[in-house]
Amino acid sequence: MITDLIFVALALLTVVPAVWVAFSPNIVHAGFALLFTLLGAAGLYAFLGADFIAVTQVMVYVGGVLVLVLFTVMMTRVPQQGRRRHGLDHYVPAAVLSLAVFGLLYKAITSVQWNARAVPAQPTTAEIGVNLMSNYIFPFEYVSLVLLAAMIGAAILIREHRNGDGPDGDRDEEVAS
Amino acid sequence: MEAMYAFFMDKAGMGQAGAHVTVAAIMATLMFIVMALCALVFTWMERKVAAFLQSRWGPMRTGRWQGWAQAVADMLKILGKEDIIPAEADKALFIFAPLLVLLGSLLAWAAIPWAPGFVAADLDLGLFYIFAVSSMVIIGILMAGWASNNKWALYGAARGAAQMVSYEIPLALAAIPVVMYTGSLNTQDIVIAQQGGIWNWFIFRNPFLFVSFFLYFVASIAETNRGPFDMPETESELVAGYHTEYTGMRFAFFFLSEYANLFLVSMIAVLLFLGGWWAPIPGLDFLPAALTFVIKGVLMVFLNMWVRWTLPRVRVDQLMHLCWKVMIPAALICTVGAGLWMMASGAAG
Repeated sequence: MITDLIFVALALLTVVPAVWVAFSPNIVHAGFALLFTLLGAAGLYAFLGADFIAVTQVMVYVGGVLVLVLFTVMMTRVPQQGRRRHGLDHYVPAAVLSLAVFGLLYKAITSVQWNARAVPAQPTTAEIGVNLMSNYIFPFEYVSLVLLAAMIGAAILIREHRNGDGPDGDRDEEVAS
Repeated sequence: MEAMYAFFMDKAGMGQAGAHVTVAAIMATLMFIVMALCALVFTWMERKVAAFLQSRWGPMRTGRWQGWAQAVADMLKILGKEDIIPAEADKALFIFAPLLVLLGSLLAWAAIPWAPGFVAADLDLGLFYIFAVSSMVIIGILMAGWASNNKWALYGAARGAAQMVSYEIPLALAAIPVVMYTGSLNTQDIVIAQQGGIWNWFIFRNPFLFVSFFLYFVASIAETNRGPFDMPETESELVAGYHTEYTGMRFAFFFLSEYANLFLVSMIAVLLFLGGWWAPIPGLDFLPAALTFVIKGVLMVFLNMWVRWTLPRVRVDQLMHLCWKVMIPAALICTVGAGLWMMASGAAG
């Protein structure tokens, strides 16, 4: 009974702000509504006994990704109320795409044989750590390689261009000639 | 905590869920009261420390001794102020932001081990949880800055968020050697592993942990947005940063959260490196564990204030240089070094 109530509360916390994210005309409000969706998802993970995943969700998505999203969104100008029009040309492709994704997810969720047995929640951190360092060492290292590549890419993109070395320098020369 | 659960289940005849909810409510109220007391004591302490470092008296008139009642008077004044919401502000976000900032601080307090067995949420992931939920403060600051619809507030919020996101990394990295030594993220386990006098505290276990402590300390000052890293609030450039437009009760929430976070990072420093509730020498064993813990925390707060009122403010580029090019590499070296030291000394299991 109480577990059902907790689940419904967490599900609502996830879904209602998600609807807001999709339909809010104010993009900054949408960004902040995402906070509750992410927290709700973290709550659902914790509810499933995945404590490490729940805290990681908060750490990575709330502390990292959401801050980046908000930074980006705040750099844009907020559209004035009523200026943005939703025509049929927006709604129809959006609806088709959403239904397709929903169908795909529905098929995936219903076709998987879920291991549906109730186990008492156990701390998972130590087990995850041991598995990451033994059975899943290759994916773990591979992901870190991808992140390293992304970091190097970012560093190259923001590198200062010296005169005559890179796009800005070239343009200056063209203007001069 | 076990005793409290037992009391509510046996004596008051509640179910397990009821007992947990009741204990959680009691602990949350208790934490909130301690938090408010902290803000009260630390405002007075900050003014006295600042005054002492600048060779003046500070508040002397309110109350008999050293102007101790000044903080109380200030609190009453702030609660009596008019609550102003700017006409062009985003009202919903403007109202919600202080609550979110305070919520982030309060959530993090839940995993602080005050004494053996006395922790509001005895989580297996305690330390990781604290670092994760404190990131909600960043969202609250961004929300406050944007909702105020004020350029200084927005600048302050953007600076604050950039700074806190950056310094979270060395902060967490500096804690990793301690977690490696303990083999647990549980805050109580970390403190228990430091039993047996000052030389068993993690700060003195090996040179890498000693450096880690200072990395943690510097990063924690930046995390709390205090001098010399107080760019988000620079009064000479940004009026007051992200809380420029806030008055009265809502401003008090930011204020409360700032001092709550100050005490939080100080207490984390104590539990990670300075032995938590254990007394430094056997002669001081008679003090209650919670009192030892709080005294150490207040001493760390004093150190923090000392730094704030001694050093000039750094520039934004110096701040980022320090974080990404000095502290993060140093913290990584400390992590690897502490690991090698553990292997060499046979401490690794």
